[in-house]
Amino acid sequence: MILQAILICNMRLLLVPALFGAALATAAQGAELNIYSARQEALIRPQLDAFTKETGIKVNLVTGDAKELVQRLKAEGANSPADVFFTTDAGNLHAAKQLGLFQKISSPTVEKAVPAHFRDPDGMWIGLGIRARPIFYVPGKVDPQQLRTYEDLADPRWKGQILVRSSNHVYNQSLLASIIAHDGPEKAEAWAKGVAANLARKPQGGDRDQLRAAAAGEGSIAIANTYYYAGMLASSNADDRAVAQKLKVIWPNQDGRGVHVNVSGAGITAAAKNKAEAVKLLEYLVSDEAQRIYAEVGQEYPVKPGVAWSPVLESLGEFKMDELSLAEFGRHNAEAVRIFDRVGWR
Amino acid sequence: MSEAGLIDRPASAGRLGLPRPDAWTLAALGAAAIVAAPVVAVVVTLVVPQGEVWRHLAGTVLPRYVANSLWLMAGVAIGTGIIGVGTAWLVTMCRFPGRTLFEPALLLPLAIPTYVIAYTYAGLLDFPGPVQSALRAAFGWSRGDYWFPQIRSVGGVATIFTFVLYPYVYLLARAAFLEQSVCALEVSRTLGCSAWRSFRKVALPLARPAVAAGIALALMEALNDFGAVQHFAVDTFTTGIFRAWFGMGEPVAAAQLAAVLLLFIAALVVLERASRRHARYHHTSGKWRPLPRYQLEGVRAAGAFAACFIPLAIGFLVPGAVLLVWAIETAPSVIDARFWGFAANSVILALLSAALAVCFALLLAYAQRRRAGTAPVVRIAALGYAVPGSVVAVGLLLPLATIENAVDAAARAWFGISTGLVLTGSAVALVWAYLVRFLAIALGAVESGLAKITPSVDGAARSLGESAFGAVRRVHVPIVRGSVLTGALLVFVDVMKELPATMIMRPFNFDTLAVRTYQLAGDELLREAAGPGLAIVLVGIVPVIVLSRAIARSRPGSRA
Repeated sequence: MILQAILICNMRLLLVPALFGAALATAAQGAELNIYSARQEALIRPQLDAFTKETGIKVNLVTGDAKELVQRLKAEGANSPADVFFTTDAGNLHAAKQLGLFQKISSPTVEKAVPAHFRDPDGMWIGLGIRARPIFYVPGKVDPQQLRTYEDLADPRWKGQILVRSSNHVYNQSLLASIIAHDGPEKAEAWAKGVAANLARKPQGGDRDQLRAAAAGEGSIAIANTYYYAGMLASSNADDRAVAQKLKVIWPNQDGRGVHVNVSGAGITAAAKNKAEAVKLLEYLVSDEAQRIYAEVGQEYPVKPGVAWSPVLESLGEFKMDELSLAEFGRHNAEAVRIFDRVGWR
Repeated sequence: MSEAGLIDRPASAGRLGLPRPDAWTLAALGAAAIVAAPVVAVVVTLVVPQGEVWRHLAGTVLPRYVANSLWLMAGVAIGTGIIGVGTAWLVTMCRFPGRTLFEPALLLPLAIPTYVIAYTYAGLLDFPGPVQSALRAAFGWSRGDYWFPQIRSVGGVATIFTFVLYPYVYLLARAAFLEQSVCALEVSRTLGCSAWRSFRKVALPLARPAVAAGIALALMEALNDFGAVQHFAVDTFTTGIFRAWFGMGEPVAAAQLAAVLLLFIAALVVLERASRRHARYHHTSGKWRPLPRYQLEGVRAAGAFAACFIPLAIGFLVPGAVLLVWAIETAPSVIDARFWGFAANSVILALLSAALAVCFALLLAYAQRRRAGTAPVVRIAALGYAVPGSVVAVGLLLPLATIENAVDAAARAWFGISTGLVLTGSAVALVWAYLVRFLAIALGAVESGLAKITPSVDGAARSLGESAFGAVRRVHVPIVRGSVLTGALLVFVDVMKELPATMIMRPFNFDTLAVRTYQLAGDELLREAAGPGLAIVLVGIVPVIVLSRAIARSRPGSRA
């Protein structure tokens, strides 16, 4: 009986795919924009809603993992419904460019707003928000004078102290890629080996987990992105605030190249059917208003010079950023992964 | 399958000396091709040489990945086997306090996605978590002063997986025990077997296909998992697939790793089947009567209670309670109009996929019963379960989009119109991916049910004038209703929980509860993730209970 009920139920549900088809058909009409986003919906929805309000252009969204969305774009080819691809990390943006998934963004507005090293040299993608990857430490357990550069992390004096996530994550891959670009692959491998030998525990969890572990005493040094720390400082959750307050930030390499920074960014797909709307969106996202939302919602540093930082980021102070072209991260990504494998940084 | 000749009329030779294919076999081959396409797309990559990447992997991380996977498999197989069979036997054949409650409740861990349970236990038991923090505060310890089991380890993952995955074994073993005729057991008792001995020598061997199918499902689930092992910092073979693909940008090498995993699992399945040799598991007695349950008293009853309660507590009650507390805390910000939309999407996809999977499973299982020659095709179609969801998704996406783009190009060239992408990026493609992933579950359940119908029943139905379809509909399906329902239930719950393929393939503005849970949990907002996570659990519980009752009633003769 139940089986029959289920079958009858499903006969009705056969209508459902048709409905989805209709939804897709409307998505193809004008004054709409289709976005694939590897950024969390919560972090871009406010900007997108503000954009729709201002322009009347409806935005359709699919979120997912960056590398997987790239595969989807690639498979769909010239008929892909997506107009814009959002993702974190320049390594991911570079990979999409290499696969021919982007087209040139020709907009003087965008070029004026975004400094050159936060844009692709060929104009295929732009950064929209900046995040730094500094070092956090437990005051009293670490003398910040002895830990002034990323290179210092490989010093054996920190044995059993460093907390960092797995090398599976692109944030670590891009950090190592930047060291490859600056110091060359041999030195980078020696560095990774030194850091791997200093780990407090097997790499596990996300960036927030490293901060939590440091605050709980599992190690005294953590590597994490700024927006995680800032987000915890500004959190409505008292436990998270307590964790962040137990830690302090070190801005490394201030006498040299500067702190490793990365971006979240976007590009217009090669298959874009709504190119004019896509350009409009990118121009809106580098406007003062949207850049402020970036800073407030996601605790990212605005990519556009002159836009105010969030109060929390302001409280962390200013620092010198590494101005290495972000395209380098993508170029050295595969090499970075192999080095991690060789030195046993899981 | 030496009885194939008994089931079918003697095969009439076609022009080439091959048996002439009939409509049923052709339909089954077509269905198998649809389901196997993405898997085949993965396997064919093996012919592309990728020596350098392989050398790198084999020389660095692969040995560790393989060792971890093997340990994980050993732990999960032993753990789920003991808990699944033990609890199934207790609730089916014994009487003790709480039995009627445990009977459906033991299924509940199925409703909790592995990634959710992984987040919960890692959050509770790791160093900064509440348990260890409380210990440190109570005894004034700091790091290194005390020993605590490392939850983020192979042992930790195997333990957690055991307590979430044992219901696969429990379900199929219980259905098998229920479908067994008591006569065989009673005969064994009159011949002098103790209760334990008749379980070991008669009931368990008779249930072997079901138990093997259950353990195989649990193992495949464990092997294709990425989210939970990743969170537990344990690198398995699947980590290797992701690393090659997404870390090193080598999709071919990744597909090759996936193909190796597939071949390994195929080898396991073949081994298990070979070890049964010519044993058959048909019921030879048609006599049924209510189960005479052993009454357990005192210590034995308490032992049975504990044996059922502990897996239920670890697999469901503790994580469920944690989720509930968090969900209540965050409900105002999480439960809104969109939330109900996510829930509706999840349920519709799950219902549709469950129904389709059962139909495909019946088609294939019966074809295999009629013509042994189709068996390898059926096995290939069922391999998708062992493939990580994102590999299935891309394995499906690539050929599908390629075909649609070719059609589009042709239509443009000849008719000047663009057909675009119709299936790619639609819910249809998504359901297709679910079929590829979960057909094995429905198939395992249906096959273990059909295996117990003696071939003479087929012969009788056909000689009385039923068509193949009529025989399945009016004879086989009613007899194995319990197994069919079991298959449908498992697919339903699995689709509710499915994440990676849904993430990659879903249409615009289309989120499910699982996607929502992941979005929140992935951003380490565990408390906020509890709301949708708990909703998956609750929606999953309803069919678990309904169908558990239906299975209990499915015992032949129970309503006579």
